[in-house]
Amino acid sequence: MPPRTNALGLARNTYRGKPSTLCPGCGHDSISNQLITMAYELNLEQHKIIKVSGIGCSSKTPAYFLGGSHGFNALHGRMPSVVTGALLANTGLSCIAVSGDGDSGSIGMGQFKHVIRRNVPFVYIIENNGVYGLTKGQFSATADEGQFLKYYGTNHMPPIDLALEAVIAGATFVARSFSGDAKQVQTLLQAAVRHQGTAVLDIISPCVTFNNAETSTKSYPYGKDNEIPLHEIQILAPDYVPEQEEITIGDYAEGDMVTIQMHDGSFLRLKKLDNDHDPRNRRQAMDVLERSMREQIFSTGLIYYEEPRPTLADTEELTATPLAHLGAEQLRPPKEALDTLMSGLMAG
Amino acid sequence: MAIHAEPQSKVDIREPVVNDFAFSVATKNGSGSQTSNNVLVMSLFRMGIPVNGKNLFPSNIKGLPTWYTIRASKDGYTARKAITEIVVAYNNDTAPEDVMNLPPGGVCITTDKIARVIRQRDDISYYIIPVTKLMRGAKVPSAFRKLVENMTYVGAVAQLFDISLDLIYQVLLDNFKGREKPARMNQDIVELAYHWTAENIVKSDPYRFETMDGTTGKIIMTGNDAGALGAIFGGVNVVAWYPITPSTSFVDGIIAHRYLRQTPEKENTIAIVQAEDELAAAGMVVGAGWAGSRALTSTSGPGISLMSEFAGLAYFAEIPAVFWNITRMGPSTGLPTRTSQGDLLFTHFLGHGDGRQICLMPGNLKEAFEFGWKSFDIAETLQTPVFVISDLDLGMNNWLSDPFDYPDQPLRRGKVLDADALQAFIDEHGKWGRYLDVDGDGIPYRTVPGTNHRFAGYFTRGTGHDEMATYSERSDDWVENMARLHLKMDTARSLLPAPIVDDGNEADIGIITFGTNEEAIREARDWLANDGIRTNYLRIRALPMAATVSDFIDAHQSVFVIENNYDGQLTQLIRLEHPENISHVRSLALGDGLPMTPSWIYDNLKEQEG
Ligand SMILES: Cc1ncc(C[n+]2csc(CCOP(=O)(O)OP(=O)(O)O)c2C)c(N)n1
Ligand code: SF4
Ligand SMILES: [Mg+2]
Repeated sequence: MPPRTNALGLARNTYRGKPSTLCPGCGHDSISNQLITMAYELNLEQHKIIKVSGIGCSSKTPAYFLGGSHGFNALHGRMPSVVTGALLANTGLSCIAVSGDGDSGSIGMGQFKHVIRRNVPFVYIIENNGVYGLTKGQFSATADEGQFLKYYGTNHMPPIDLALEAVIAGATFVARSFSGDAKQVQTLLQAAVRHQGTAVLDIISPCVTFNNAETSTKSYPYGKDNEIPLHEIQILAPDYVPEQEEITIGDYAEGDMVTIQMHDGSFLRLKKLDNDHDPRNRRQAMDVLERSMREQIFSTGLIYYEEPRPTLADTEELTATPLAHLGAEQLRPPKEALDTLMSGLMAG
Repeated sequence: MAIHAEPQSKVDIREPVVNDFAFSVATKNGSGSQTSNNVLVMSLFRMGIPVNGKNLFPSNIKGLPTWYTIRASKDGYTARKAITEIVVAYNNDTAPEDVMNLPPGGVCITTDKIARVIRQRDDISYYIIPVTKLMRGAKVPSAFRKLVENMTYVGAVAQLFDISLDLIYQVLLDNFKGREKPARMNQDIVELAYHWTAENIVKSDPYRFETMDGTTGKIIMTGNDAGALGAIFGGVNVVAWYPITPSTSFVDGIIAHRYLRQTPEKENTIAIVQAEDELAAAGMVVGAGWAGSRALTSTSGPGISLMSEFAGLAYFAEIPAVFWNITRMGPSTGLPTRTSQGDLLFTHFLGHGDGRQICLMPGNLKEAFEFGWKSFDIAETLQTPVFVISDLDLGMNNWLSDPFDYPDQPLRRGKVLDADALQAFIDEHGKWGRYLDVDGDGIPYRTVPGTNHRFAGYFTRGTGHDEMATYSERSDDWVENMARLHLKMDTARSLLPAPIVDDGNEADIGIITFGTNEEAIREARDWLANDGIRTNYLRIRALPMAATVSDFIDAHQSVFVIENNYDGQLTQLIRLEHPENISHVRSLALGDGLPMTPSWIYDNLKEQEG
């Protein structure tokens, strides 16, 4: 039987990268897998995608998916600036970027906040395991207060919540998920790539080698037992015609369903579960995150969504042709332009 | 010759000195003297007198002393002079010292208030302007009073040394982009002082300006503006930066000329991002260069420090981007508003691990423009970062120059494969690898993101990699890659701007320098020639340096390396690159924060040469 293919006639394995060199069972590998599935399902063309990352086990993963895309494993904490430059150079590209909790929450906190502030349109995945995997298990800034690790003792600092930081910085798409929840990760990824702004996904992604004890909130056992999705999410393709009523629902509390139209015309449908969370409400988003942190509730799902504001390229009023594709005549003004300038400066 | 003239009374009996003297204008920072000084410089320029203007200013927004030196030179010398014959002493804090620095027979133009504390020399002329009284008679809105007060010395200078009022008004109009109101307001003060001076001061000095024909067809500009304009004509697409003196006005120059590159629909072809720090600025230009556009950042020493990790990555991952380092004095804050050539070694070796960065060192305004565009061609041809090392003196001061030449070669985008070219490459070589050197020049072929070919994608990384850009920790892969990068740097030597050489003088002494010392050296060489000491000259314009530098060293009995840093960094580099037979190479390194003067070079060279 020939392998199943997508609308481009491509099999799923054409979206793979090199074999992973991470520890068997590492949460990061599950996320790479979901990225492969997402690109396959959405019929993405690999040459239109760039993969960029910082440094860490998490940041190695772009080598393990979409082998046909250009990838850039940059510097520790500096992925956002590289993405900013690349997407200004070529607005025709989509970007999937991978970072870690150390990469974004410590050394790269400045770039993390500023790329969001500029609204560079890309998928910003933080593979959050509460430790520095690659440097062998130090606490990261997202580790729980009071957590104990054999080598490094007890962490006495309160954690930084990267989803909350993203909301505060002005992100218009902020989600939290669990790499053990393949279905939710998949749906959120499919929504994130459609977003025309910085889409931040803080995905709890267990480090099986250094931080997988049941007592750790970043572990598999903990996640499996404690994850509480805020809603069930469904994506409806652009050609789906929803009932008029559903799109115009203004106040979430009235129904148990909210529908958000995305930039490409598709719809995101959220079915409420046991709570009143409306991701379109910034206050509520911050409250959910704060409560989760305080009471150690592992809430997942689309935390915050907002109609995206203009992207950096929009603000720069760039020409529609990607800058990287401009021809010589657009890159060099004619000789007359220089002559005019020069004669205007002459003494006489 | 000292004269003993009673100030404001006697007529000078010395030979007139025409178009060959220098001013120092001492004011307080932020007092609005910039317009006044600019008006003087531009007026002399319009009179056809070769002139320069150098701002020796403090790191301060308001209040600290600042000196602006203006030199007129009928012979066309535009280096800073060690001694200025005339001081406009408008800063009470520095006036006593400013007056003491005058040579005998010099001139002090000052205010009646300041005059009370500084009239202690009888071998100079004092011209005392009653500024408070004059300003009282001026019809200027109170908000502008302080700002235009400095126009009083413009009026006095114009009257004393013969600059026409009409010309000053024309220059003021230019300065205010044709707006008559502010031009008129300033001109009124100029005229008040001019007429007062004519009626009340008897000139007792020999200095005078006269219209001549020394600037026809020439322009005046700062090096930062010239470099920025060069970048505009070089096709810059992405500019990322973080403000720092003395580089800020470079990006201001790009912003000012961005319009030249707009589409007919007024859309931009240049993105300009003020980053959160220099580290991010470097990341943005590296990302933009990787993605196939022409990217630039401009900074100074502290910013270069922050960029070092990206510089190393870009060197190793072979990504083109242009970095301007407008050098200022010292590490950390150092002397942030003083000039220096102290980042030469740091910039050349920027990045950890092995490797060295391509550096271009413009020595004048024309080269700032030329390297402005050429740096992109070099970066893309060699697929590597290019650092343009300028300095505060060139970047922020007004330089006289011939107009810029339009680029004499089309844009060179280097070995970039689009989908068809990639297929052809694969057909020819059986495979394509990002770091595969098929031409034997160390320069591989690259693809950029967006190329629609299934083999176009590759993974860029700072980690070890083989020719196919695949991760590798093998020693032989690492060493082979290093050898290829080394070969690429050797290829670079012949592609980079060659040294400027003047070696036809049958001289035993050779002078080597780089950057902005050229004007001071040129003048010092003329003085030396007058004393019968012949010299040859070579100015290095790029690193790694051309092979001809060695030949020049070998061809002279005595070689002086002149540079404006304390450690003699170019000398060290020459010793590194040319270790044999260099006992005759001596370092003349200054590094005092100021543009070099001919007299420093002349004195030191003569002393060392015995
Ligand atoms: C400038 C710099 N400092 C330190 C390091 C060493 N380093 C590599 S990865 C890492 C931490 C990575 O942690 P995280 O981002 O959480 O990724 P993980 O490995 O946990 O997925 C550190 C400190 C580095 N590569 N660069
Ligand atoms: S150390 Fe942890 S984060 Fe790194 S690969 Fe292993 S399991 Fe994953
Ligand atoms: Mg981590």
